Amino acid sequence: MNNSILFAVIALSAIGAMSAIILYFVAQKFKVIEDPRIDEVEDSLPKANCGGCGYAGCRAFAEKIVKNGSMDSLNCPVGGNDVMAQVAQILGLQADEKDPMIAVLRCNGSRENAPAKIKYDGPATCAFAHNLYSGESGCPFGCLGLGDCVVSCKFGALYMDPKTGLPTVVTDKCIACGACVKACPRHIFELRFKGKKDRRIYVCCVNEEKGAPAKKNCEVACIGCGKCVKACAYDAIELKNNLAYIDFEKCKLCRKCVDECPTNAIHELNFPPRKVKPDGVEEQVQSPSAESSVS
Amino acid sequence: MKTFKAGGVHPPENKFSADAAIEILPIPKRAYVLTSQHLGIPATILVKRGDDVKTGQLIAKSSGFISANIHSPVTGKVFKIEDVIDQSGYKRPAIIIDTTEDIWEDGIEPSDKIEREITLSREEIIKRINELGVVGLGGATFPTHIKMMIPEGKNAELLIINGVECEPYLTSDHRLMLEKGEQILIGTAILMKALGVSKAMIGIENNKPDAIAHLSILSEGFKGISVHALKVKYPQGGEKQLIKALTGREVPSGKLPIETGCVVNNVGTAFAVYEAVQKRKPLIERVVTVTGKAAKKPSNFMVRIGTPISELIEKAGGIHENLGKVISGGPMMGKALTSPEVPVLKGTSGILLMLKEESAREKISNCIRCAKCISVCPMGLEPYLLEKLTFIENYEQAESQRILDCMECGSCHYTCPAGRPLLDYIRLGKSKVSFLVRNRKKQ
Repeated sequence: MNNSILFAVIALSAIGAMSAIILYFVAQKFKVIEDPRIDEVEDSLPKANCGGCGYAGCRAFAEKIVKNGSMDSLNCPVGGNDVMAQVAQILGLQADEKDPMIAVLRCNGSRENAPAKIKYDGPATCAFAHNLYSGESGCPFGCLGLGDCVVSCKFGALYMDPKTGLPTVVTDKCIACGACVKACPRHIFELRFKGKKDRRIYVCCVNEEKGAPAKKNCEVACIGCGKCVKACAYDAIELKNNLAYIDFEKCKLCRKCVDECPTNAIHELNFPPRKVKPDGVEEQVQSPSAESSVS
Repeated sequence: MKTFKAGGVHPPENKFSADAAIEILPIPKRAYVLTSQHLGIPATILVKRGDDVKTGQLIAKSSGFISANIHSPVTGKVFKIEDVIDQSGYKRPAIIIDTTEDIWEDGIEPSDKIEREITLSREEIIKRINELGVVGLGGATFPTHIKMMIPEGKNAELLIINGVECEPYLTSDHRLMLEKGEQILIGTAILMKALGVSKAMIGIENNKPDAIAHLSILSEGFKGISVHALKVKYPQGGEKQLIKALTGREVPSGKLPIETGCVVNNVGTAFAVYEAVQKRKPLIERVVTVTGKAAKKPSNFMVRIGTPISELIEKAGGIHENLGKVISGGPMMGKALTSPEVPVLKGTSGILLMLKEESAREKISNCIRCAKCISVCPMGLEPYLLEKLTFIENYEQAESQRILDCMECGSCHYTCPAGRPLLDYIRLGKSKVSFLVRNRKKQ
């Protein structure tokens, strides 16, 4: 009786010891040598696995950046400059300062500005609706309002505004990963510079129709009149396919185009209110209180 | 009785307008002639604002291999060239013509006299079909002259004329067969000559016994043409299903019907070919059914292309108080219109007016894995799987599951007890996959 227990213990211990020795040699033979910096870099990344950098998750990005040996065109939009500086430190490289970006919805076809003419009762997905028809307002370029972008956002930075029927970007949460840009079947979202004090100027329309049909469907459509192009002193505005586009790298935020636009299609965000002089000439005010208007 | 083997459904037929004779609709005051009325590249506009045009005059020229000429359906002055909303829900360029009295272009014979003698040679027939803008009137609007040109190495041995009209409600082909039977048969003989085949089969579903009897009697006067009754089953009017039903041959995946030696044309196309070849009349009018439970007077109209659909609805008794949707085409494959001012195109076979309660979409619930969609798919696909693959954006897998073979008949969506939007997903997946395939070809 006692013997059989003893045999079992000895036999199992012997098998265990043998296996340990085999495993040790196998592990030595097939050892994968991995750069320890990959783990370090991965630890410093935000681990959102959003794919905003263009790679499949943070691990893949860390592998790429370590293997590359330089940080050109590699950027983690979630972490921003701080994280990239940290990564640069680990790798002993120099990180470029990148201007922070933000997703911008270039459509203002709210329920009021672009009233619905028809009713859509298909599945509530922009991708289907885009394949089927031009939209409830009739604008073939504008927002369909079914929220594919909201579903795509992993940071809770987008929500549908029930009043306007348009998605709204939460400035503090958006990290410009670009998921909404890819999700929108009409390419309405664009990543633009966040701007100093969150000040931004952009054309809030993507309609490429001529003036009359565009205005027919939406009060605030860009009609391609070209007034803003003439007003811009910095050559930052381009008129293409009846649509004005402001190059955010050239724009100096002077706000002249905003005043010129006859349909209010050019939006300014977070600017201080304009002081109206007694003779009616508007003047830009540089008040430090503008920071409080940041949403 | 013959039919195709795999899948298929049998929705309520509801052929309300089967007994309504074809009425000629008055010429509209303003005609909207779109430049993309066919499959392929839109035609190039030849006229400009203020030009006078005659009925039957060429106003837009074919601008590529797969493209078709477009002729003025009315006489009048070009009012404008502008984008108008069409069946797709998007704006497309159109020639808008203000009509005056109807004067036909020289050379066209507008009389109803039946010309039986086929005098033209094979090449001349194809040339004339091409010149006069004849396209397939079954729905896909594929330019007919391209179908007539058999690719090298292939051999056509059989012409199939599609008189199935498997879509519920629609009766335009049915009425055409009853009223223009002889012309259709002459058109068939012309197509046979153009293809160089000695045999033609006309397939008609068994719910049109009068048309079967009528054409059977008439076809005795034509050599090589036979009429076949088919069991009622949707989508028998699909090219591949019809070939399978009549000959038992199967078109390989991703290939054209010519692989089986068959060429399929619709009865409407046969009639248009007769008019083009024997009367030099371009394709400027077609039969359109206006029907549905919300139609006050279900009718069949001979309509000039470019007539706004609102005029057809007006003529069929006006708008019902409880109108839910206006659909261009049949209930299975048709598209809901976004505006009643959409014009009639070469491919418009019917206008379906649906009541609010029947047009509403079903509530979507979860897939219950009953596999009904698989059993009804006439192409032998797995719709539930294609839906899922599109949902998770795995387009490579969707391609290997042959998503591009789907012909969008809608049987899966019709039969799904959970009300899943299967066809919507598959359509989306198809467009993504064909985009991938095109990109791959470019590289």
